[in-house]
Amino acid sequence: MQENGIGASVRRKEDQRFLLGKGRYTDDINVEGQTYACFVRSPHAHAEIEGIDASAATAAPGVVAVLTGDDLAADGIGPLICGVTVTSDDGQPHRAPAHPALAQGKVNYVGDHVAIVIAESLTQARDAAELVEVNYRPLPAVASTADAANDGQQQIHEEAPNNICFNWPFGDKAANDEAFAGAHKVSSIDLVNNRMVTNPMEPRAALGEYNSGTEEITLHLTTQNPHVHRLVLAAFNQLAPEHKLRVVGPDVGGGFGAKIFIYAEELVVGWACRKVNRPVKWTADRTEAFLSDAHGRDHVTRAEMALDENGKFLAMRVLTTANLGAYLSTFATMVPSYLYAFLFAGQYTTPLIYSEVKAVFTNTSPVDASRGAGRPEATYLLERLVDVCAADMGLDPAEIRRRNFIPKDAFPYQTPVVQCYDSGDYEAALDQAMELADYAGFDARAEEARGRGKLRGIGLSSYVEACGIAPSAAVGQLGGGVGLWESAQVRFNPTGNVQVFTGTHSHGQGHETTFAQLVCDQLGVPFENIEVIHGDTAKTQFGMGTYGSRSLAVGGVAIAKACDKLIAKGKKIAAHAMEAAEGDIEFAGGNYTVAGTDKAMNIAEVAFNAYVPHNYPEGVEPGFDENAFFDPMNFSFPAGTHICEVEVDPATGEVEIVDYTAVDDFGKLVNPMIVEGQVHGGIVHGIGQALLEGCHYDKDGQLVTASYMDYAMPRADNAPEFKIDYAPTDPPHNPLGVKGCGEAGAIGAPPAIINAIANAIGAKHVEMPATPETVWRACQSAN
Amino acid sequence: MYEFSYHRPASVAEAAELIANAADGKLVAGGQTLLPTMKHRLASPSDVIDLGGIAELSGIVVNGNIVTIGAMTTHAEVAASSEVREAIPALAALAGNIGDPAVRNRGTLGGSIANNDPAADYPAAVIALGATVRTNRREIAGEDFFTGMFETALEEDEIVVAVDFPRPEAASYMKFENPASRYAIVGVFVARTAAGPRAAVTGATACAHRAFRIEESLQAGFGASALDGFEAPVDKMNSDIHASAEYRAHLVKVMAQRAVAACA
Repeated sequence: MQENGIGASVRRKEDQRFLLGKGRYTDDINVEGQTYACFVRSPHAHAEIEGIDASAATAAPGVVAVLTGDDLAADGIGPLICGVTVTSDDGQPHRAPAHPALAQGKVNYVGDHVAIVIAESLTQARDAAELVEVNYRPLPAVASTADAANDGQQQIHEEAPNNICFNWPFGDKAANDEAFAGAHKVSSIDLVNNRMVTNPMEPRAALGEYNSGTEEITLHLTTQNPHVHRLVLAAFNQLAPEHKLRVVGPDVGGGFGAKIFIYAEELVVGWACRKVNRPVKWTADRTEAFLSDAHGRDHVTRAEMALDENGKFLAMRVLTTANLGAYLSTFATMVPSYLYAFLFAGQYTTPLIYSEVKAVFTNTSPVDASRGAGRPEATYLLERLVDVCAADMGLDPAEIRRRNFIPKDAFPYQTPVVQCYDSGDYEAALDQAMELADYAGFDARAEEARGRGKLRGIGLSSYVEACGIAPSAAVGQLGGGVGLWESAQVRFNPTGNVQVFTGTHSHGQGHETTFAQLVCDQLGVPFENIEVIHGDTAKTQFGMGTYGSRSLAVGGVAIAKACDKLIAKGKKIAAHAMEAAEGDIEFAGGNYTVAGTDKAMNIAEVAFNAYVPHNYPEGVEPGFDENAFFDPMNFSFPAGTHICEVEVDPATGEVEIVDYTAVDDFGKLVNPMIVEGQVHGGIVHGIGQALLEGCHYDKDGQLVTASYMDYAMPRADNAPEFKIDYAPTDPPHNPLGVKGCGEAGAIGAPPAIINAIANAIGAKHVEMPATPETVWRACQSAN
Repeated sequence: MYEFSYHRPASVAEAAELIANAADGKLVAGGQTLLPTMKHRLASPSDVIDLGGIAELSGIVVNGNIVTIGAMTTHAEVAASSEVREAIPALAALAGNIGDPAVRNRGTLGGSIANNDPAADYPAAVIALGATVRTNRREIAGEDFFTGMFETALEEDEIVVAVDFPRPEAASYMKFENPASRYAIVGVFVARTAAGPRAAVTGATACAHRAFRIEESLQAGFGASALDGFEAPVDKMNSDIHASAEYRAHLVKVMAQRAVAACA
């Protein structure tokens, strides 16, 4: 292993610029002649627009332009798209009502974009935005997920009768029903997966510049996937041809999914900068972020398990209503379908699984992927249901899991729900977690807590998740509009240092460090001589971006493949220089050697020879610069067991997480320090969902949790010290042996926490977020 | 934020003159409520008169059994004050748990009580400790000062100068925090004084109020069990997405009992 190579906890390269305040985010970038944009947004959840009078705003000081949906339509700028098709139970594709980037006669949620006001200063833009008179005719709003499709509900889109986007049955219903009919016992649970606002620290922003000389638009965006933004904006929104559109995702302050999507503001800023022929900058304030970022989760579910007399799972049934919001965001349809139901087997051998997902429209902000995307929802219902099964069967929660685990010798394991798991040893992770958490000593701790008036509980969650969506052909079969490979270019400069261009995008993940470690390890180049470049369509060949914990498992392998090509080419160059046969050349630790001799040549010298090919093999191209694309054969399947221990104050319902253990299988770790950070962050995300974060719309569709005064984000004092360990297995189809770690905590934590609370207070279920009042009421009913 | 004229007077008299002459003036102390409100364009004062330059409004003085805290004294200063910690430790602890460090370094006693947020902490202490609010015109008894949601006994353009807190025999403040804002969902301040028990509740109703029924219960004996039979009236409680009226009423009792127990 190279120092600073794979397995070393190297300090993050990027932190130097962040800690010195030298990070450069979209809002930090200012260009000559820049104007400022403010969006006029709907204050109504549902209304027809009878007229817009922008005359006073247009005449206001400093105003450059006020543009509305009519202007957008006149220029042929297309509506926003949803990139994944789900087939509904009538055989038709999901209902996809138009999603205009500026309202066309109707608004469908509070925060919906009505007009853009562009002025010389931000204050002037805001002042003028208040002068845009929009004549609304309010309509009744649909705000409840559970009731959205009820008879007699207000209709939101003509194209979607009963507000249904799709009904998606999955599995063999008849066989499932039969298994339930013959079961020894049926356990069930009704639960809500609470809606969350993703809340990256940096709000969304866009800076559009148009160059009339080259007819090129440059868009700096808060994006997790610049090339996907460029592709969609060019191919589907007619913003500009792809070769005349440059998208840059500079430093981005967190994404967590919310910056994957192609948003109205981004398209409108790109279009407006050309229309007014001035640079246009827009940065969301926090209220706008709450109102207009795509939200996450928001399911209402009934789940049932059929068991035999030994507690073996015979069949599972899941009925879910999923809220997609007012319009379809870019990947909205995929989240409560493929990313959800394909995970219902979890870590278990359940042979029959049937589910129905009804996806509904409501007058709320669009809902799309948020850290975990579908997998936290699947894991939560499954791991809660398993605990109910354990209680119903009189088994310890660990024991019922053990009885149903997929055994370690059964991998690769084909589940009944499409996915074929790569590798795993679920019992090993459970054993390790129970040991680390001192599961055996819990009763004594609970007894001690009782003496202090506290109810102590312990909860397990044994999750599996699916990262690095692949292969592209399968994505296409499922109705996805893109390929999900990744690309890399690894370029030696003549002086021997290396630039690595990746199609992934780092917005907090530490790619500049992790990927440099990969290259350091493989090519033997000193870590400090390697620079990782990402986030600019003008620099990087192409890429699908970062989400779904794909960057290392897919993007990292592309880098490794490009390095392989360099090593192979270098053998020819080195063989020629050292006057040996290519077959006798070996490469290790950055040096080419001639087998059986002491002749050696460093890869940096080889690179120099490639650029200054004076003494060079015939037929070999000059240059030392290779690219590679990698399309994996399968998803990767991280898994593990999390154990949470809580103490509940029965007098107030307050929950304190007093201990938290996570044992995960992420395959091989490249930078354990960064991985640990991801695990911490993921668990804290899960703590937020389980205890704190409740996004709440009132019956009129007003978002009543639109600030941090009312929406509780997790803080340091909400989390204990974590106990973290790993139980790695080797995924056979991943050349680096890696799986992905970015979402695991957010997936594993919520059920572990709620299971612990239910255990503490002796309740069957407690809804998330388990606020003090919710838990206090559960304590009252449990008594 | 809309445009406004900014003033920084050097004396209370000058501030009073500025506010009296402003079309729609606002006094700003620490600005922890006013400035966010202005940033959200929910307030548009013509003039903002910053009290931060008035030296006479800041400082802590202990004179016999009275702790006098200047209106512009920050929460952080009160929390760190050895005089306050010695004389009324519950008051220092209360100040040290308002908001976060940024709020505590800017927010002031005078700003807090003049704003009278229904979930603010200081009003409970002012009432329960039997404090006296001194203004540039008069003295107002603490329990008469808070008159409704964001309403006080202050007259137009009247400026809080200081608050006199009598030293209790023992006191404690128990706050049940809103997990998002960390304001009080319910806060109960109890004090054992020579004149008998005193209590005030914040967060639960339109504004902080003296809790006579808690005081009556404690007459029999200053102990948590004296409140076993106490029930706060559900119909008077606030109800919102964070806590129902029933839950708030329950918390008033729990926090009161804990505050009393902590006085022991």
